[in-house]
Amino acid sequence: MMDNIESIQKHVRNYLMVFGALAILTIVTVGASYLQVGVVLGIVIALIIATVKGSLVAAVFMHLSSEKKFVYILLGITAILFLVLMFITLFTINDNAGIHVS
Amino acid sequence: MQIPYTVEPRPETGLHNAKIGIWLFLASEVMLFGALFSTYILLRTGSVEWPEGSSILSVPIGTFNTMALIASSVTMVLSWVALKMNDLSKFKMYMFLTYFLGILFLIVKVVFEYIPKYEHHLYPSESTFLAIYFTLTGLHALHILGGVIVNIYFWGPGSKMWETEPERFTNRVEVAGLYWHFVDLVWIFLFPVLYLL
Repeated sequence: MMDNIESIQKHVRNYLMVFGALAILTIVTVGASYLQVGVVLGIVIALIIATVKGSLVAAVFMHLSSEKKFVYILLGITAILFLVLMFITLFTINDNAGIHVS
Repeated sequence: MQIPYTVEPRPETGLHNAKIGIWLFLASEVMLFGALFSTYILLRTGSVEWPEGSSILSVPIGTFNTMALIASSVTMVLSWVALKMNDLSKFKMYMFLTYFLGILFLIVKVVFEYIPKYEHHLYPSESTFLAIYFTLTGLHALHILGGVIVNIYFWGPGSKMWETEPERFTNRVEVAGLYWHFVDLVWIFLFPVLYLL
């Protein structure tokens, strides 16, 4: 991953660039929340920016852009289980969950 | 007994054991926070009305804490780079900054957010929003606290390993860094979900 001084310096430059990008995207997230775009679009914009920021952290700081195959397999299984967990809630929208019946 | 594959990679995976261990742990953490995010969606879609986060929480304070965590992620990765360059004093400086920013995050969270909420009688039992807010941020703050304790250990007594097993110590810091970046990543999603939406 980091073999020589030149490679290390290149990585350090990348880390600092990602830091700048994350700081700017944080300000953009806050700024976008003040736009009158409606709830749904507001949620979509905020989550897209958060996903970009999260991807930068995972790819660069956590070195996922150049990891071993085993880690990708492990994270792939985790991602599938995570999506199942998220979609479980969708199945409950049409039932009475959360609705108080007097 | 010698613990195997602490430095050299295991042939089957190409990774040292600590790295496999931390990724398995982080996978379980994804499911833990995923379950709580899923709960948030269920509560929010099932509620008749939901307050705008910024009407209850302070966006400037949340933004400040976001910046502090992002900065701590950079110093964390730079502390690992310093070890790769055989510079222990630089490692100590960056590691100090990392746990200092973590402590700063916790102080701001408690002093400027949690305590004023309690003073204004905004308890977790007051509303569904406050209940999920305190649950998610409280669990996240506990993760920060855990990371700070581990980082202080590596900065202090744990750094003695550098003299005897430098590669193993570097791997330990890398693994601690993966955990720290994950905690940062969770906050990147918590901040807009709770404060801005």
